[in-house]
Amino acid sequence: MSDNTPVYTYKDFASDQEVRWCPGCDDYVILRSVEKALPQIGKKKEDIAFISGIGCSSRFPYYVDTYGMHSIHGRAPAIASGVKLANPDLSVWVITGDGDSLAIGGNHFIHVLRRNIDLNIILFNNEIYGLTKGQFSPTTELGLRTKSSPYGNTQPPFHVGSLAIGANASFFARVPGNNPKAMTEVFVDAEKHRGTSLIEVLQNCVIFNDGVFDDITDKKVKAESQVWAKHGEPLIFGAENNKGLVLKGGKIEIAVIGENGVTQEDILVHDAKNPDPVMHFMLSRLKHPMVMGVIRDAERLTYGQLFTNQVEAVKEKAKYHDVQSLLNSGDTYTISDN
Amino acid sequence: MDNPDTTVDKAGQPNNANALNQVVIRFVGDSGDGMQLTGTQFSDTSAMLGNDVSTFPNYPAEIRAPQGSVYGVSGFQVHIGQREIHTPGDEVDVLVTMNPAALKTNLESVPKGKTIIVDTDSFVKKNLIKAGYETNPLEDGSLESYKVIAAPITQLTKEAIFDLGLDTKSMNRSKNMFALGMVYWMFSRPMEHTLNFLKKKFAKKPLVVEANTRVIKAGYNYAETLELLPTAFTVLPAHMDPGTYRIVMGNTATAWGFLAAMHNSGLELFLGSYPITPASDILHELSKHIHMGIKVFQAEDEIAGIGSAIGASFAGDLAITTTSGPGLALKTEAAGLALMTELPIVIVNVQRGGPSTGLPTKTEQSDLLQALYGRNGDSPLVVIAASTPSNTFDYAYMASKIALEHMTPVILLTDGYLANGSEPWRIVDISTLPPIKPRFAEPNNPEWKPYQRDKSTLAREWAVPGMPGLEHRIGGLEKQDVTGNVSYDPKNHELMTRLRKEKVERVAEDIPPLKVEGAQEGDLLVVGWGGTYGSLFSAVKYLHETGHSIGLAHFNYINPMPKNTAEVFGKFKKIVVAELNTGQLQLVLQAKFPEYRFLKYNKIQGLPFTVLELSEKFKQLLSNQ
Repeated sequence: MSDNTPVYTYKDFASDQEVRWCPGCDDYVILRSVEKALPQIGKKKEDIAFISGIGCSSRFPYYVDTYGMHSIHGRAPAIASGVKLANPDLSVWVITGDGDSLAIGGNHFIHVLRRNIDLNIILFNNEIYGLTKGQFSPTTELGLRTKSSPYGNTQPPFHVGSLAIGANASFFARVPGNNPKAMTEVFVDAEKHRGTSLIEVLQNCVIFNDGVFDDITDKKVKAESQVWAKHGEPLIFGAENNKGLVLKGGKIEIAVIGENGVTQEDILVHDAKNPDPVMHFMLSRLKHPMVMGVIRDAERLTYGQLFTNQVEAVKEKAKYHDVQSLLNSGDTYTISDN
Repeated sequence: MDNPDTTVDKAGQPNNANALNQVVIRFVGDSGDGMQLTGTQFSDTSAMLGNDVSTFPNYPAEIRAPQGSVYGVSGFQVHIGQREIHTPGDEVDVLVTMNPAALKTNLESVPKGKTIIVDTDSFVKKNLIKAGYETNPLEDGSLESYKVIAAPITQLTKEAIFDLGLDTKSMNRSKNMFALGMVYWMFSRPMEHTLNFLKKKFAKKPLVVEANTRVIKAGYNYAETLELLPTAFTVLPAHMDPGTYRIVMGNTATAWGFLAAMHNSGLELFLGSYPITPASDILHELSKHIHMGIKVFQAEDEIAGIGSAIGASFAGDLAITTTSGPGLALKTEAAGLALMTELPIVIVNVQRGGPSTGLPTKTEQSDLLQALYGRNGDSPLVVIAASTPSNTFDYAYMASKIALEHMTPVILLTDGYLANGSEPWRIVDISTLPPIKPRFAEPNNPEWKPYQRDKSTLAREWAVPGMPGLEHRIGGLEKQDVTGNVSYDPKNHELMTRLRKEKVERVAEDIPPLKVEGAQEGDLLVVGWGGTYGSLFSAVKYLHETGHSIGLAHFNYINPMPKNTAEVFGKFKKIVVAELNTGQLQLVLQAKFPEYRFLKYNKIQGLPFTVLELSEKFKQLLSNQ
């Protein structure tokens, strides 16, 4: 945090625009969680930019009092890349949904992760197209009846974590859309990570896909259905905190501490920093319980660092350092006045 | 000679009996034969002797088409003169052919009586069949009316370097240097420039330098001693303005224009681009200079190319994206976003033959309507076209200036002919160029609003992240006038649509008037735009100087058009619009100026106009008044 950064509260980040999501939408929770995270990241308001694509989630920048652009469908990662490369001092956030980032913007999504540009991407995954009123999306489960799949969805879904880790993401986290405290913490962690940070929020759409995450996120079941990943800590969960994840025969299984000779020592300790993505990949795919929190937070040079390093190396060897010298260089010849 | 490019010469007959006013040489061979390099060396050497030059490479889309095939033929044409040269030339005076396929596909450009140099070693049965010859044209008398210089180039090349221990393939690679040596002698060119070039290029391969040096000298000496060669010609220096020159290719000059704009605007330059023929050389050129504050971002696709540029523009860079026709189609939606957010970006479209993938390596002017109208909604932006390889520098500079000062996207049209063509360029002192003043907002100004406009230009102010007190949100949804808030108000939408149009129209205040060359009024006005300037100017100049009432109005600024456009049209009885498409500018002009009748003359062959075909057409239009 630079010394002259003002002390903000979440209220400083609310814009003068009326928020227009449906009543009861998780988007309100995400907005508030972001507003609470921003005072903790040590950036001045004017040094923050939110870039979104198209969809319900993408209205987000209008509601945050920083710089922002509500761009075009799927292209936010490309536009945000340009913002960050033009001014590396900015904290740049991409707001996107499952349709925006995984369907029309799929190409930009995988390439921004591959390059590891220092952005934070919040992916609002509600497994449905909301703004266009209820068609299946690239994350919709097979068989779901929607406006465009009245007899059931026949397109198998993408798995956000698998796709991201497959694209060499250096940071992947998942949070339930009804847990603002956890979300705020994860957003702060994402900003701290150097490189592209992807946060998947399981966001309930009350209108077109209500309750799709209930078996994971409902308060009554969450103790048994969620396991929270914390770097350096064992992956333990359950109402009585006695269940844990163990590795058995190359697979992750659930074990109960105190049964069949299982002790706490046998439980997997989460290593988010491991450059090898295999365990992160496996953890990200668990369905029940589902792994929440920062699953992967590995160090890798960012695109900006690689580019800056190269520029410095070129500078040392360059024959000319300004435009006029370049124009004057090479095979020139003079025509005299006759 | 019936070539109008020669008959209009005013420089007078040179004293030297063997001196020519101008000459056109075309080097043709397999795409792997090094013809582009050979041609470039010849034109660079000639320029350094003070000739004016114009070049035109013509190569296949395939990188290495099967050897000896007609579709693998690659050519490089050089036009050199002691007077101003405006085109690479219509007809070929000396054709250098490395194989039968090259002869077959290029002979029609060579008038009878002109010179053809052939490598006889390549005229073997296998190559003749590939080229589609039933009999050997060197033996069947079909070339009787040409001056054929038949030299066993492959064999002589090998003999010059047999003791260097190179394999056959490597030896054959030098045979273009033998041909170049011959042509250097024929036109009294010194070899030094090329010898130095070889030393530099192959600094780490002394054997290659030695081989090529020996071969070029062997070719030179062979030509000198061979009785069959006509007496050596020379082309005396042209009259050109004094100054320091260098040869530039269009794409290089385009890149440099943006560098000059970067320097003079005080901004950093951002290029977001995806490789595409024939635009990639701009990306290559800028990639070399990242240490000067240029951020070159090779994106995952055309959309990310412009998307990243829009992001960089939002963050305060001079942002550009470069592409060719199909790529411009992909950038369409994002161009609309730049227009709606009123952010400055320059989109360069190096046009090629279309539609679809079309003719990637051939030139055309068929993207004009796409540039003007190819977006959803009423979406005007500024469209500018460069007209010579070297003035792509000026128009890249002006495109940047207009984008930054008027807060608008600008499309800069060049084409494959300008992009790959080269000519002498008098090096500009960039401090003498018109200044560029980006319209930045004042930080912490409590009165500032995202869409408040300058009274005269209607441009909004640029507030970029990092400026305190000006945090704001913009986007693709319709904006409320002044505040920039999202607005669905019907009357506001109409107002904003008209404001966006009016803003672009007011750019006309900052562009020069349309100039007429040749007759200032009279019988026939030729109208052109972009890369056809050299051919149109040569044809109009020839006809005007031989007594015809003909003028040329060539557009560089197409949207908006210069303010005096209608006035120019009113001074002529007949107007013809000549374009390398089916009549796109003609369509626009007919709609904008219904009080005039616009005839059209079009060519859609992926090739530039020849001066001859233009002159004939214009004569015909002049004769039936």
